[in-house]
Amino acid sequence: MFHLQDITKVYRRRQEEVVAFKAASLDIGLGEYVAVVGPSGSGKTTLLSMLGGMLSPDTGKVWFEGESLYDLPVTARTQRRRERIGFVFQTFNLVPYLTALENVQVPLFLHGVSKSEQRDRAVALLEQVGLGNRVEHKPSELSTGQQQRVALARTLANNPRLILADEPTGNLDPDSREAVLSMFDNFVREGRTIVMVTHDPGAAARASRRLCLNDGMLVMPEESRTTKAA
Amino acid sequence: MNLKTLVWRELAERPSAMLTSTLTILLGVTALVAIRHVTVFSEREVGQQLQSLGANVLVLPKDATLQDYYSADLTERTLPESHVASILLENLPGVERLSPKLCVSAKVANRDVTLTGILPQSEFQAKAAWQSVSLFSNKHEGCKKAACGPKTYDAAPESLASERTIDQLKDNEAIIGADVAEFSALKPGQTVELFGEKLQVLAVLPRTGTVDDSRVFAHLHTVQRLTNAGEVVNAIEVMGCCEDAAGGLVPKLAELLPDAKVVTISQVVSTQVGINRLMSQMSLFVLGILVIVGGASVASTISSNVRERRREVGTLMALGATPSLVTRMFLLKAWTLGIVGAVGGSVLGLIVAMVLGAHWAGVTVKPLPGLIALSIGAALVITTLAALWPARSAAKLDPCCCFQEV
Repeated sequence: MFHLQDITKVYRRRQEEVVAFKAASLDIGLGEYVAVVGPSGSGKTTLLSMLGGMLSPDTGKVWFEGESLYDLPVTARTQRRRERIGFVFQTFNLVPYLTALENVQVPLFLHGVSKSEQRDRAVALLEQVGLGNRVEHKPSELSTGQQQRVALARTLANNPRLILADEPTGNLDPDSREAVLSMFDNFVREGRTIVMVTHDPGAAARASRRLCLNDGMLVMPEESRTTKAA
Repeated sequence: MNLKTLVWRELAERPSAMLTSTLTILLGVTALVAIRHVTVFSEREVGQQLQSLGANVLVLPKDATLQDYYSADLTERTLPESHVASILLENLPGVERLSPKLCVSAKVANRDVTLTGILPQSEFQAKAAWQSVSLFSNKHEGCKKAACGPKTYDAAPESLASERTIDQLKDNEAIIGADVAEFSALKPGQTVELFGEKLQVLAVLPRTGTVDDSRVFAHLHTVQRLTNAGEVVNAIEVMGCCEDAAGGLVPKLAELLPDAKVVTISQVVSTQVGINRLMSQMSLFVLGILVIVGGASVASTISSNVRERRREVGTLMALGATPSLVTRMFLLKAWTLGIVGAVGGSVLGLIVAMVLGAHWAGVTVKPLPGLIALSIGAALVITTLAALWPARSAAKLDPCCCFQEV
């Protein structure tokens, strides 16, 4: 699914250069469940942003399903993201003035789905995450666990092949955390791919592969290649 | 869910954030619409006044003032009636009619009235024929009037109210204004006694709302005889064939009649014209204010909205929103502010103009759809231009900001 080749991303601030991410080569295959771990500032989010087509590397190429992502024009990159990638955020990033239903409708609207179909699919997804009775609630009227489930429903709205998750369990109580991770397990079981940035060792342990980052460098990149079942 | 819903939900959730901009636009458009409406109708009123006055040029005694003429028409200052013949014989280009007048105080039914002596146009025709002058057929250069020349003098006496001249009037006839007819209960065919002489009422003039309503018109020579005034007049009204005639006539008349004061009617309404000009300039000033203050307010509001919504914009971009959609989202917000402000301002401005127009300028104001559409269009153009830069900067936001923690 992904092939990263000679990637460097450097941030420059006040004439100081910080290497945010550097990798000679990295492959992520279809159906992999990858946990990206490492201390704060180690480049996890930078990697996630580059995989999501939102941050171009200074050098190298990011190949996504056979296309060099950053050789595509912005609109084409946006289209790939819209059609193939779902995002999960630590703080859910729900639009506060929209209801749960409307939040789930957003990616469908961006995809050009008709209004009636948007509604039908959004209701079905909310029911799937156990929030069928909360469709008209705004994020402020939901618990954090419920908010993350709305965010998950939104992520799944366009039936993505890949989920990029940034600390998806960071703000959740144990029950909600378990619900999210179970959903991820099911997602991978369907042959789809997850790249998850996490500080949560338990969550990382459920991944089939773990990438350790330190100061923007991959450390023992092939370590812990396991299967969930193992 | 669509773009409109997305924008509307936010505006409905936090209307106060956008209130200042909307108010700024609303007030600007209100002032613009109100001032322009009053100005336009005031200009029309002045135009109608000029039209109804008929005369383009007035020949007055040297020391008479326009106020004397228009307030009461009464002055002891006079001109020799021979000036009328002088103008007639000169056959000045552009002159279409002359109306010499002599005004004196009189009493009808124990009420004060203004007795105005006028010379019917048929007598000019007779005089011209006698003196072999081609009456009022000399067109001035660039005359816009289609035809100039001999006419029939058979208009109804009531036309005096609008034309300022009368075609036929006998020595023993009088025409009375609407107020005089009302308080004296006089009707056409009855007689009115003036200075001990009975004159037959030829017609009652329709109400004009001017000093003419309290006048009694009689033949100039009858008034001169009854008052022993001699062959004099107070004023000679000169009707040009068209608006452009007045400018050329004034110097020629001044040269012809050095002992008289020659003024154009436009000078009479110069104050109102000046006020109209001031209001017209004021509306440009208000438009400038609307552009600067309204534009700055919209730009500031949209910019701060972009700053506040950075993470939300980043999230939308991560979910697949294109930069052009993000631009449209912020422009739509600005247009919503613009439309609400402009429509509200137009309605308010119209109400202000209708209510205050009557007090300020004494005019009746009606909606001018073209002007309202123009104001709304101007407000929308301003909001679009003002919001364009912040909207484009939103579209250029780094979508990675969606990963930033709150």
